[in-house]
Amino acid sequence: MAEAEVKLLGTWSSPFVLRIKWALKLKGVEYDFIEEDLQNKSPLLLKYNPVHKKVPVLVHDGKSIAESYVILEYIDETWKENPILPEDPYQRAMARFWSKFGDEKFLPSMWKFFISQGEKREEALVSASENLKILEGELKGKKFFNGETLGFADISLGWIVDTVSLLEEIMELKMIDEQRYPSLSAWMKNFSDFPGIKDSFPPQERMLTKYRTLREAYFATTRGTN
Amino acid sequence: MAEVKEVKLYGAWGSGYCAIVHHALRLKGVAYEYVEEDLQNKSEALLGLNPVHKKVPVLVLDGKPVSESLVILEFVEETWKEPPLLPEDPYKKAKIMPISYAIILSDGEAQVKATEEFIEHMSTLEKGIQNDLPSNGPFINGEKPGLLDVIVGACSAGFRVLADLVGVEVLDKEKVPLLHSSVASFIDLEVIKDTAIPYEKLLERVHTMREKALASTKS
Repeated sequence: MAEAEVKLLGTWSSPFVLRIKWALKLKGVEYDFIEEDLQNKSPLLLKYNPVHKKVPVLVHDGKSIAESYVILEYIDETWKENPILPEDPYQRAMARFWSKFGDEKFLPSMWKFFISQGEKREEALVSASENLKILEGELKGKKFFNGETLGFADISLGWIVDTVSLLEEIMELKMIDEQRYPSLSAWMKNFSDFPGIKDSFPPQERMLTKYRTLREAYFATTRGTN
Repeated sequence: MAEVKEVKLYGAWGSGYCAIVHHALRLKGVAYEYVEEDLQNKSEALLGLNPVHKKVPVLVLDGKPVSESLVILEFVEETWKEPPLLPEDPYKKAKIMPISYAIILSDGEAQVKATEEFIEHMSTLEKGIQNDLPSNGPFINGEKPGLLDVIVGACSAGFRVLADLVGVEVLDKEKVPLLHSSVASFIDLEVIKDTAIPYEKLLERVHTMREKALASTKS
């Protein structure tokens, strides 16, 4: 039987794309990765995601799926080995809840902090730290958000592992320290040590340059205002 | 024998997000207790059940809370399987979910602001649905209502308010025939009638809000 054709359209640095790579890796699914230039979107991307024109897009047997959570759930339902979501509906609801929290609350608060200047910086740090405390509270006593093994919420929150260290380096400030966030610190280590995850993070140096540049560009456009 | 589960829904009468959950529970014939929250004065119970967001709706099953309307919807779908609101086919499901997000994220606020953009948005949604999920109607899901009908149906009072207050018809029969027919058929369903957002009450509230907003900009 012919191997099902799987393509992933993405960029080297997108955390949303990375989560799909993790899911496919965990399930042992082979795929072609197509690097997109978001400043110059390919006809393929425009064909497969005409509405949003964003990455990631998964193409399976010619059918396209967009939106990272949707793709994750599709992958889990299509390739049944090493399930990412738990079976119990309540646990599944919790996994989805924490994933959303990561993207809709924590991520924007981290971004805000990253681009904040002057007095706004302290306020932004407090906000981001509040969210970190909430995550720490949820994780308490667990190896992964999913329990003993890595699951949906871990994959969705995995961007924290390399991105936060990046931001810490650029901003010269330790956000997730072991004293205040023992569970999160342990989780970050457990996550990166998990088979298949370890060497998957995008090259650190390239990411540092990218984020430094982003930050500078942002400051340049807001310089002179307040 | 099915065990009896204790189900409670914390909500607010004007919230479309809460209406969504009411509708899903009704369609599935789930017995539940409803607790009306005063959003200006939230109860200790609510704050305890949803400490992260402090919002409605919150569904509590045998004491365990679930919040965020789409998360609740999927939970309801997986806990009470009949009748299914989502298709089994993972690909078809994958087509429905982004549309759900798109509708839910175009906030109640946006509805009241009523711009060209929102109408454009509805048009895009109609096209997307017609393209990916062909249906003979009257519902988006076909003969019986599905998840998208539940979500769009919850907005029906809001759409009416828009039409009457601002003179903007969001659900034009010619422009968005499937969305129009979905909502028209949905509000006719016996099972959701007493949980649909009461139109007059909503109109009055929106009216008051607008008066207040206009008055504050005058000074």
